[in-house]
Amino acid sequence: MKDDAQARPASQGTWVGRPLERFEDEALLAGRGCYADDAPVRPGTLAAAVLRSPYAHAQISRIDAARALAMPGVRAVVTGADVEAWTSPFIVSVKQPMRHWCLAVDRVRYAGEPVAVVVAEDRYLAEDALEAIEVDYDELPPVIDPVAAAQPDASILHADVGSNVVSDRSYRYGDPDAAFAEAAHRVRIDVRYPRNSGTPIECGVVVAEHLPGGAGYDVLSNFMGPMSLAAVMSLALRIPAARLRLRAPRHAGGSFGVKQALFPMIVAMCVASRKAGAPVKWVEDRLEHLVGATSATGRVTTLEAAVGDDGRITALAWDQLDDCGAYLRAPEPATFYRMHGCLTGAYAIARLRVRNRVVLTNKTPAGLVRGFGGPQVYFALERLVQRIAVELGLDPLDVFRRNFVPSGAFPYRAPAGALLDSGDYAAVLERALASAGVDDLRARRSAARSAGRLYGIGFAAIVEPSISNMGYITAVLTPEARAKAGPKNGAIAAATVAVDLLGGVTVGVDSLPQGQGHATTIAQVVADALGLAPQDITVDVEFDSRKDGWSVAAGNYSSRFAGATAGAAHLAALRVRERLARIAAGALGCAPADVVFERGKLFARSNPGGALSFARAAGNAHWAPALLPEGEMPGLRETVFWTPDVLAAPDGHDRVNTSATYGFAFDVCALEIDRATGSVHIDRYATTHDAGRILNPALADGQVRGGFAQGLGAALMEEFVYAPDGSFRSGSFADYLVPTAMEVPEPAIAHLETPSPFTPLGAKGIGEANNMSTPVCIANAIADALGAGVDPAAIELPMTPSKILALVAATERMVSR
Amino acid sequence: MRRYSRGEQHRVEVVLDGRSREGRCESRMLLSDFLRHVLGATGVHVGCEHGVCGACTVIVDGVAQRSCLALAVAADGRDVRTVHGLARDDVLSDLQQAFRRHHALQCGFCTPGILMSATDFLARNPAPTEQAVREMLSGHLCRCTGYTGIVAAILDVAALRRERGGTQAA
Repeated sequence: MKDDAQARPASQGTWVGRPLERFEDEALLAGRGCYADDAPVRPGTLAAAVLRSPYAHAQISRIDAARALAMPGVRAVVTGADVEAWTSPFIVSVKQPMRHWCLAVDRVRYAGEPVAVVVAEDRYLAEDALEAIEVDYDELPPVIDPVAAAQPDASILHADVGSNVVSDRSYRYGDPDAAFAEAAHRVRIDVRYPRNSGTPIECGVVVAEHLPGGAGYDVLSNFMGPMSLAAVMSLALRIPAARLRLRAPRHAGGSFGVKQALFPMIVAMCVASRKAGAPVKWVEDRLEHLVGATSATGRVTTLEAAVGDDGRITALAWDQLDDCGAYLRAPEPATFYRMHGCLTGAYAIARLRVRNRVVLTNKTPAGLVRGFGGPQVYFALERLVQRIAVELGLDPLDVFRRNFVPSGAFPYRAPAGALLDSGDYAAVLERALASAGVDDLRARRSAARSAGRLYGIGFAAIVEPSISNMGYITAVLTPEARAKAGPKNGAIAAATVAVDLLGGVTVGVDSLPQGQGHATTIAQVVADALGLAPQDITVDVEFDSRKDGWSVAAGNYSSRFAGATAGAAHLAALRVRERLARIAAGALGCAPADVVFERGKLFARSNPGGALSFARAAGNAHWAPALLPEGEMPGLRETVFWTPDVLAAPDGHDRVNTSATYGFAFDVCALEIDRATGSVHIDRYATTHDAGRILNPALADGQVRGGFAQGLGAALMEEFVYAPDGSFRSGSFADYLVPTAMEVPEPAIAHLETPSPFTPLGAKGIGEANNMSTPVCIANAIADALGAGVDPAAIELPMTPSKILALVAATERMVSR
Repeated sequence: MRRYSRGEQHRVEVVLDGRSREGRCESRMLLSDFLRHVLGATGVHVGCEHGVCGACTVIVDGVAQRSCLALAVAADGRDVRTVHGLARDDVLSDLQQAFRRHHALQCGFCTPGILMSATDFLARNPAPTEQAVREMLSGHLCRCTGYTGIVAAILDVAALRRERGGTQAA
């Protein structure tokens, strides 16, 4: 099987859809990757180290760097005074007078906040000097709990804002109040989603150089977008976007969204380079990364459903409170609004009420973490579906079946605006039950329970948005404020296909991959379009904002690659193909439309014997421009910018199609709880996906497995813990536990493919589904194992052994009573 | 016992992937930094600098160890093997090839350390169980793959080596 996939396909076959081995792997396996810390730097590049606040909330009354500056090798110390002089605060997507600088100015608002940067001749010397900087802090009361932070008497983080609640928006779709008034049942759940992170094994790296003559800054980093943030950085540096050159190296050691949060440090290192008069390199260490980089947004949710006797949900009411940490850092509060259009999940629910509040606390600012918004929403929604089944005494599978968007109803417009592009949720459910062997699992549960063991089965159905609408964040504004600011929409992807003077094909893409294998997939896509083999295609995934085709949506996030970037590469390759067909048609004696591209050759459909090699046909565009058909441009390079037609700005009723495509996943988890230790043993996990057309099944399954492992970590292990005084308790991998090979079982993976009508290749994203489905699926299985008597609000992630043991003890007390 | 003074540069000699190399560093320099920044072995990756993630694992005198928890001066005179020494004449080793075949890496950042631990492990355990492979791997963190492909690759190469009579064992 595997070997066949690497071989040349039969004439009608395609490379897309094959589990091709990756072209990336040879260099990486040989230790010859070029990650950001491996990339060459100019001689004389200095090293930076960052002094961070030990306090969660304090006024800085004095900073004295004199002793540090006198130490060997130290060239400069940058503080808040420098950033006030040379930069502006970052713009904020809600109109609030909040001042967030790249380094603390006068006040620190979270433990780990950057206070000063030492620039020295090497990193050891820079770190030595951190200890010699004298900072006097006057401690202020910290606010840690988001609910307490939203109270009127809470200590205020930003005096100019006057409240810790920086956004409070309510939405209404249909007539939810009537549905609740008429409902036979109201089922409600109160849940919290913790702060956690993807913790890539490679931390952040920034090399910044201030250029003379007003030329701005040159930056090499492993920042991976969204490139809309180039605007935020340029404005902070008070320079035109063209004068902030952003480059990324060939390889990156994972991101999972997290490296989005590097952008304030890019600005800080630009300032450091300016002050030191030399290029500056900063390599984040693991403690810095855990304490100060970013976090998934913590959320407190109350979700209520109006439900009929048969389990049919007629309305939902969301009350969500997001803990965005100390500053509302772009693109927050996008954790809310990415999911806004599809808050009804996989269900045909016409009526909806939503209240979204954003609160600031003395914690690290929140941002992109794989799943972004999905884990928070589905932890509430899918726990609620489980509760509906429990409270109404229904089979949970019937609750799904009765509420799913019907199979023939796609494209389906959800009440808050999502246009669910394609799918067959009922079919995926049936496939998932077969894949999991759910009848067998139920028999195992009965047997375990009659032996007094704690065995549970959980389910989760999730709609996985991909290719984010750049306009969704404006749903946080009122329609009036939005009209004033001007419409924002779309999700532009860019790709360039060039054919060189010997017929070699090079492709450049805007996706800034972090390890997924984009170069391999792009080679498959372009090979198909041009009748070549993937190994003939050179894919360049390095990024240079000065030289590449890109726009605001460029980057590695929102699972945009398969649908948007690979689609744009396909379209660019088709353009090259059309041009080559016109160029070769004369020599082949046929119309351009009758030129066939196959196995590295071009020939007339009617005369396969009289073929031209691809290289020969392409060479004419370079070597013999005089022979080109009239009007044909010389050279052979095409850049395509593509945006999904279906992504409009939010309308006057706050409806917004938040993403271009919506995949679907249905998960089944069976597990057993050890009464003695509170540990969870996963007996079986099955995850079934519909992500449209799959471009490379091996890579798609790799995404599923990786997302599953992270979802398992979120379910059982991972949390950024803060002490009541706001100090950070998860500063090492011995404190912030992530799953190892001992904890991660092998999930059973199955796919259905319902192509998206809205992307060039019919593909949708697949990389975030399990970050959304797995935490709640495991939580539902734990709730089922603990029995109907367990307090639903006590199922709180991560479900660590100590939390589970307390619940086991509570159920045992109940039984004995 | 050698004495090292603070602030002084010391000469450190190692046999790095079969070749004699030397460099100068302060006594406090980590072996990981020395290998990467002084000797240019950038395939040695640094993921946590506190000995948990395993990305920096190298083989010193035949034993896999964390290079972020060792000082460069302590490696003076020793044999150090890194990911750079696994391929021969630009041909990937059987273990590296198995990793590619089983999609055992995505971003590849944790991979060099895992390859070195697995090399050491397979030399001692030619017929490991899946459980034993997982226990060995629990000294490494991978955030991309969920470990499935890594476990499969190591078991596969162990089986292939046994079929070939162990002659390929590194």
